[in-house]
Amino acid sequence: MTKDFVYFDHAATTPTDKRVLKKMLPYFDADFANPSSLYLPALKAKKAVDGSRAQIAKFLNCKPSEIIFTAGGTESDNLAVLGTARSLKLKGERVKGHIITTQIEHPAVLNACRQLKKENFDVTYLPVDRDGIVKLDGLKKALRKDTVLVSIMYANNEIGTIQPIAEISKILAKRKILFHSDACQAAGYLPMDAKKLGVDLLTINGSKIYGPKGIGVLYIKKGVEIEPITFGGGQENGLRSGTENVPAIVGLAAAISLLRGKGKGESEKKLRDYIIQELLKIPNSKLNGHRTKRLPNNINISFEGVEGESLVLYLDKEKIYTSTGSACSSTSLDPSHVIMAITNDAERAHSSLRVTLGRSTTKKDADKLISATKKYVKKLREMSAVK
Amino acid sequence: MSKYDVKDIGGYEWIYSEKVQEHFYNPKNVMTDDLKEKDFDAVGEVGSPACGDLMKIWIKVDPKTKKITDLRWKTFGCASAIASTSVLSEMAIGKTINQAYKITPLQITKKLGGLPKRKIHCSVLGDQALRAAIDNYNKKILSAA
Repeated sequence: MTKDFVYFDHAATTPTDKRVLKKMLPYFDADFANPSSLYLPALKAKKAVDGSRAQIAKFLNCKPSEIIFTAGGTESDNLAVLGTARSLKLKGERVKGHIITTQIEHPAVLNACRQLKKENFDVTYLPVDRDGIVKLDGLKKALRKDTVLVSIMYANNEIGTIQPIAEISKILAKRKILFHSDACQAAGYLPMDAKKLGVDLLTINGSKIYGPKGIGVLYIKKGVEIEPITFGGGQENGLRSGTENVPAIVGLAAAISLLRGKGKGESEKKLRDYIIQELLKIPNSKLNGHRTKRLPNNINISFEGVEGESLVLYLDKEKIYTSTGSACSSTSLDPSHVIMAITNDAERAHSSLRVTLGRSTTKKDADKLISATKKYVKKLREMSAVK
Repeated sequence: MSKYDVKDIGGYEWIYSEKVQEHFYNPKNVMTDDLKEKDFDAVGEVGSPACGDLMKIWIKVDPKTKKITDLRWKTFGCASAIASTSVLSEMAIGKTINQAYKITPLQITKKLGGLPKRKIHCSVLGDQALRAAIDNYNKKILSAA
């Protein structure tokens, strides 16, 4: 089958790899049993869950008991942020409790922090520099005696910038502060050794790494105290009640096993640099985020005078699928908080185009994108009221 | 696109109607470089790029009949902003300035076959730009008299 469209939205979600899908299928019908039951088919399902857990533990260089399965990145982030903060409060050690995160986090972390604010925690949202990188000095200054948790993403979902996670964990290691990182976007491309990263909690999910949707992992370092946010039958060490999503767990492990190997993201990186170079030839265009400290598959460019949703829809007509940080395409009607954080320029946020590449992206796809973008930027500028 | 009947969780339209798409992909009466702004009698502008929408409307008015003989526009904005200004241009041409002054966002939205709910209040600004242009015209006439 030849594809009749070009998909440039891998940061939104990736297609499930056919090899992954094949591994998942038996667990929908033949091996459907609930892993908590006692008969033979149930044990088979349990074995599949345990085997997947061990495989993922190897990937993260941790113990299988340090991994729990959730319904996705959002749930893992929520559990990490809410679960640790509430646990410390329950102990009554630190009455107020202070959380540090960044202005460019995913809403799954930001809105969990907003919830904690309602529960009387203090929250600091660290600014980032113009390149979209957290300033370590700023972090050091923000630390307080009652800081209980720092949550900083590994790589940003909109502009792809990579945060210095290992350096941050060194700063925090000297104090008794938990460190969580959302690595959903990073998992497919960056080193994922939890020990080397020095994190206490780490989020990954299936839908960004050619695995299924609806499955996530939270790495919780041994000894970290955490309260559940769902209550029920006590699965996943009491931290995530609910019957295990066996096919998705198997699929996530299979997707992770396909990530190993050298040259991860090399082809994307080459195409990324080519596309950036070509699109920046369009006058009055600006790259959002650091030029090199970004994921190999991420491009985010603002074209002055061109509203992002309009450009996305013109490209959509050519079956080229991209996304934008413009308010017009969001349900909130606010422009991208990430581009606002790095530029403080709402027009630039409204004019942004995000292009995220994948394993299957070809030079031909890139050329198609480049020529269509040039064409429609020109067309939209001709009718634009912004000079 | 229209073969999918997509609604949001509240049951409201999510995607653009065919009429919106027609005006968005083939906008009518756009101000182009070969037209001279000075050939128009008045201009009106509304919105700001920081808010995500900026519209500018130029009008030509017959001094005797007070009918709008030509209307051209430029818009920075999303599909519904572009489509609504385009459809407005067709609605206004041929009307007297007094008639055109009364065009409402609701009339524009109806002419477009509806808009996704989340888009209505923010993207239909064309009527305001048109009224600004008509105000500009009346002011010019007054000061010339």
